[in-house]
Amino acid sequence: MPLLEIKSVSYQAGAAKILDDLCLSVEGAEVHALLGTNGTGKSTLAYLIAGCEGYKPTAGTILFDGRAIQTFKIHERAQLGITMAWQEPVRFEGISVAQYLTLKNRELNPAPYLAMVGLEPRRYLARMVDRSLSGGERKRIELASILALHPRLAIFDEPDSGIDMLSIHDIINVINICKENGSAVLLITHREEIALIADKASQICRGKIVCSGPPAKVAAYYKSRQCLTCDTEGRADGCP
Amino acid sequence: MDALEQLMQAFANTGGDRAVLADSATAHLVADGHTILSSRAIEGIEVEARETASGISATVRVRQGVRLTNPVHLCFGVLHKRGSQNIRMDVHLEKNASASFIAHCIFPGAEQVIHAMDAVVTIGEGAEMRYSETHFHGLHGGVEAIPKAVVSVGKNGRYLGEFNLITGRVGRLAIDYAVEAHENAVVELTARVFGHGRDTIEIKEKVVLAGENSRGLIKTRVAIEDEASAEITGITEGNAAGARGHVDCMEIVKDKAVASAIPVVRVTNPLAKVTHEAAIGSVDKRQMETLMVHGLSPEEAVEVIVKGILS
Ligand SMILES: Nc1ncnc2c1ncn2[C@@H]1O[C@H](COP(=O)(O)OP(=O)(O)OP(=O)(O)O)[C@@H](O)[C@H]1O
Ligand SMILES: [Mg+2]
Repeated sequence: MPLLEIKSVSYQAGAAKILDDLCLSVEGAEVHALLGTNGTGKSTLAYLIAGCEGYKPTAGTILFDGRAIQTFKIHERAQLGITMAWQEPVRFEGISVAQYLTLKNRELNPAPYLAMVGLEPRRYLARMVDRSLSGGERKRIELASILALHPRLAIFDEPDSGIDMLSIHDIINVINICKENGSAVLLITHREEIALIADKASQICRGKIVCSGPPAKVAAYYKSRQCLTCDTEGRADGCP
Repeated sequence: MDALEQLMQAFANTGGDRAVLADSATAHLVADGHTILSSRAIEGIEVEARETASGISATVRVRQGVRLTNPVHLCFGVLHKRGSQNIRMDVHLEKNASASFIAHCIFPGAEQVIHAMDAVVTIGEGAEMRYSETHFHGLHGGVEAIPKAVVSVGKNGRYLGEFNLITGRVGRLAIDYAVEAHENAVVELTARVFGHGRDTIEIKEKVVLAGENSRGLIKTRVAIEDEASAEITGITEGNAAGARGHVDCMEIVKDKAVASAIPVVRVTNPLAKVTHEAAIGSVDKRQMETLMVHGLSPEEAVEVIVKGILS
C-alpha cells in the first residue's frame, strides 16, 4: 500500500479548474519529484495534501496509510506525519530560530538541524525568524524545521528557489537526510539535477499527471515539451 | 508581612529582582500608594522623593557625564483592593549622562485602583536614557492606569522607552506620551499590551522630530481578546531637514474585541520623511498554517504568534 495515494482528485477555485482528475502515489520512504511548468497546479496539490484552509478536493480521495484524510484539518494531518515547506515561507515576529525549530519538541537540540542545511548554528540560533533573515536563510531554516520533525511525508515546494547556485548540494543533502530517516518526500522542483536524486518522478501538466516513472525519463519527457501539446487526457502510468 | 515585604513579593512575581533593593550600588525608589517605603541614591545620581498632599513627588537627577552601570529601579504599587496613586516624576539626565530605568507598577489584588503617573523627562545633550516600565494589574480588571510623560531629548541624545502590560488583566489603560527630539536625537517608543475581558486600551504616543537629522520610531504591539478594545494613536511630526520617523502598529484581534489604529504623520519640512504601517486583524492565516503544519493545534499556534509579537 502506498503511503500517500491521490485518487482522481479534482480541485476548482471559483470557475478555475486547477486540478483535474489527478492521480499520484508516493511510497513510504520514497523521494518523488514533481515537475511541471509555472501555474500547472504543483503548489495547489501540495496545499490539498497538507490540508490548508480552503483546499478541499472537489472530487476524488486523498489516502494516507490507506485512510481518507481529506476531511482532516492541517494540524491533524501534521499529527499523522504530513508536513510541508512552503515555496515562500512566512516570517514571524518575536520567534527565534531556536524556538522555531523546537515548536513541537522543546527538548530537541536544534543546532544539528541548522548544520544540516548549511547554516552555522552559533550565528543563527538566537536570530529571529522575521524580516531580518535573507530569503535564502529563511528558506533553509524552513527546511531545518521540517528535518527536525522527522515526518513520515515531507512536501517540499521548490526547496531550491532562492538558494544560490553554489549551494544546491545543501538541498540535495536535506533530501538525502529525509531518505536516511525514512521520510517520504514529495519534491516539487524546476531543477533537473535535484529531480534526478529522486526515486521516482511525475510530470504535472494543466492539473493532471501526464507522465510518471524514473526521474531521468520523466525529465527527458518534460524537456521535450511534448506535454505542452499533448491531449488533455494525459497518461498516468509510464511516459508516452 | 509588612508593606515593603508584600510589595517585594509581588515585584518578584512579576519578574523583578528583589536583591536590587539591598544592593548598595543600585539606586531605587519603592512606594505603596502614597507612602514611600524605601529609596536610595548612589554616587552621581540624586533621588529625592516626597509624600505630598496629593501623592508622591520624585526628582531624579543624573549628573553630567555620569554613566550608570546598574539600572535605577522604580517600584510603585498599591497593595490594597482599593486606592489611588498619583506620582509626579521629574527626571533629568545632564549632558552626556547615561542611565537605564526599570520601573514596575504593581497592583496585584486591585479591584478599584487608580494609578496616575505624570512624568517630565529632560535628556541633555549627548545623554542617553533607557526606560522600561512593566505593569501588573492583577486578575480583576479593576485598575485604571494613566501614564503620562513629556520628554525632551537634547542634541545627540537618545531616549528608548518601553511599556509592557502582558500578563493579567489591563482594566483601563490610557497612555499619553509626547517626545520632542532635537538635532540628531534618537527616540524609540515601544508598547506591548495584551487585553482580555472588557479591558480598554488607549495609547497615544507622539514624537516631534524638531531637530535636523533626528530619528523617531513608534512601535506598538497589541493583542486583544474577548470584548476588549484598543485605540492606538501614533503621531509623528517631521519638522526639520533630514528628520526620519516611522510609526509601526500591529494589533491582533480575537473574539469580539475591537481595535483601531490612527497613525498620524505630519511633515512640515520637505527634507523630512515620515512613514507608517498599521496591521490590524485576526492572526495571520499563513502564519497559523505554517505552525499547524509543524504539528501545533490552532490554539497553540495563536499563542505562539501572540507571544511572539508581544515579546
Ligand atoms: N484561488 C484561485 N483562483 C483562481 N486561480 C487560482 C487560484 N489559486 C491558484 N490558481 C491558479 O491555479 C494555477 C496553479 O497554481 P499553482 O500555484 O498550484 O501553480 P504551480 O504549479 O505551483 O506554479 P509555480 O511553478 O509558478 O509555483 C495557476 O494558474 C494559478 O493562477
Ligand atoms: Mg508553486
